[in-house]
Amino acid sequence: MSTQSTAIDTALPHESLRTRAWEDFKGGNLGSAPVIVGLTIIVLVFAFTAPNFFTAVNLNNIIVQMAGTTMLAYGVVFVLLLGEIDLSIAYLSGICGVAAAELQAPGHTLPGIWPIVVALLLGCAIGAFQGSFVALIGVPAFVVTLAGLLAWQGAIQITLGANGPIIISNRWINYTASYFFSKDGSWAIAGVISVLYIGARIGSLFGRRRAGVAIEYPALFIGKLVAVPALTFLVVAICNHDRGVPLAGLEIIGLLIFWTYIAKRTTFGRHVYAVGGNAEAARRAGINVPRIRILVFTISGLMAAFGGIVLAGNLNSVAPDQGGGTLLLDAISAAVIGGTSLFGGRGEVRSAALGAAVIATIENGLYIKGYQPGVIYITTGSILLFAVTLDTIARRRQAKTGR
Amino acid sequence: MPAATPVLELRGISKAFGSVNALTDVDLTVNKGEVLALVGDNGAGKSTLIKTVAGAHQADEGDIIFEGHPVHIAGPKDAVRLGIEVVYQDLALCDNLDVVQNMYLGREAHDFFQRLREPVMEQRTVETLKGLAVTTIRSVRQAVATLSGGQRQSVAVARAVMWNSKLVILDEPTAALGVAQTEQVLELVKRLGEQGLAVILISHNLHDVFAAADRILVLRLGRNAGEYDRRSTTQEEVVHAITAGRPTKVAGITG
Repeated sequence: MSTQSTAIDTALPHESLRTRAWEDFKGGNLGSAPVIVGLTIIVLVFAFTAPNFFTAVNLNNIIVQMAGTTMLAYGVVFVLLLGEIDLSIAYLSGICGVAAAELQAPGHTLPGIWPIVVALLLGCAIGAFQGSFVALIGVPAFVVTLAGLLAWQGAIQITLGANGPIIISNRWINYTASYFFSKDGSWAIAGVISVLYIGARIGSLFGRRRAGVAIEYPALFIGKLVAVPALTFLVVAICNHDRGVPLAGLEIIGLLIFWTYIAKRTTFGRHVYAVGGNAEAARRAGINVPRIRILVFTISGLMAAFGGIVLAGNLNSVAPDQGGGTLLLDAISAAVIGGTSLFGGRGEVRSAALGAAVIATIENGLYIKGYQPGVIYITTGSILLFAVTLDTIARRRQAKTGR
Repeated sequence: MPAATPVLELRGISKAFGSVNALTDVDLTVNKGEVLALVGDNGAGKSTLIKTVAGAHQADEGDIIFEGHPVHIAGPKDAVRLGIEVVYQDLALCDNLDVVQNMYLGREAHDFFQRLREPVMEQRTVETLKGLAVTTIRSVRQAVATLSGGQRQSVAVARAVMWNSKLVILDEPTAALGVAQTEQVLELVKRLGEQGLAVILISHNLHDVFAAADRILVLRLGRNAGEYDRRSTTQEEVVHAITAGRPTKVAGITG
């Protein structure tokens, strides 16, 4: 606590760590705590009841299975932060996966990573197109993206209708889901992530000290500084017991860091939260609200396209039902279960990865235990209802603490 | 006390919406370090006059003279550039953002790569709040949703002051507040004047006006209806100016 005496804001005293945690809880600011607790319980239950669940091979399986959904869910977080919804993402991911598959198929073979690049650009373009209707004309996002859901589903069926599934032989597309780093490469990744994390934390500490503003509680700061690298090395050690770290895992972590940075450390991200919290206040403050809306739907399209490529790479093919099934609801549920509010303005990018991990773990564990899909749906549905109920109660608490 | 040149001087401002004359030949002067209360009944033209200064719409006739120079305020950005800040009645704060984030909303400090410079913003927020003696806020990193009405109003006012503004216009700042919180905000308004800002305070509440203002300008049916020094007038006199002599015909409607 002595470090805080250097802070100039003596007029605004800092409460103790415990007081603040309690105030946050009372104020309905639960953060990621519920989903982390929930995920831990789920893992423990399956670890003791499902054979072969708690193994290195299965950890890698879960990572690869959740990667596609997680990509979509990253986009969903931004859309939900605006207080909007995007129902088109699943079939949008499907059409982009189909586009990538078409472009590498015999006939018009694009080399290397070009099918991926074109598919990602297609996702951006479709997202921006849909977002323009919402932002510039004011058509409800629910309707615009419902239309997209139907239209892109139709487009997939027309494209693949004549010839059926397309086999993907482009190795870059397949790598997005099936490449594993060598064991040395995996250790190197853990090292790089740890060094970057520690560097960023210490850099920010010095920046805050220089400005003379309050800094984090030393115990919490050092705790995180040790815990994050330790956790990284632990996960890599487990992955290395099997085939090494999957590229899909690096995609999840890399994009988690990237989008968290965009959401939390850039003016754009700040404006997304502002528009979601109070669009009129944002407009009066000089923020170009339509521009923010279009960009967010573009991000949604981009991440749907990326997820579509990972899902196509996972199966080494695309089929007429690409983007169907529970993908849409899994992606939205992931963001919501992770703690992102459906009402806009509150949420974190990491909620997408945490929620996707919950869904993938339940699916994987119940499948190992021999349950039929119906049981899996009921369980996921119950958890979703629980998560939204928790969010609603949290909002009411927040409204009560204010004023 | 009045400085040599008024911060803002309005001369002969008129504004009509269709056939309704909202403002007719209105004059207004506010000096550095002075709190001017703008009072009047509903429909007296207070909001229209303020929106003219804030750039929300333009006057049909009349001159706006800012710090001795005639200016043309074509939009809100022009007003901000001159150093005019308006704190609207419904606050325009984002509940989900914290105090620092709201203070810098739309004007975030950032580097070339659009990266936010949080330490700088936090430091200046703390300094501004301290400068205005706003000490009731527990932490500048708490969400605005958790603040009381008075604290929220203080944040809104502090935000207006932070940008080197010269003229701050407060639209009914105490309308939604309880007694203690009203006192808190009125103290803040007086402090703005003491710090050398020009302040225009719009209010329905004469108690507030007499507690915080130096001068009182009364509008009635879009015209000047009297100007009083707070120390040498009474509430009765001001109420009379607001209500009495109500003409039988409504301005703007002929016949």
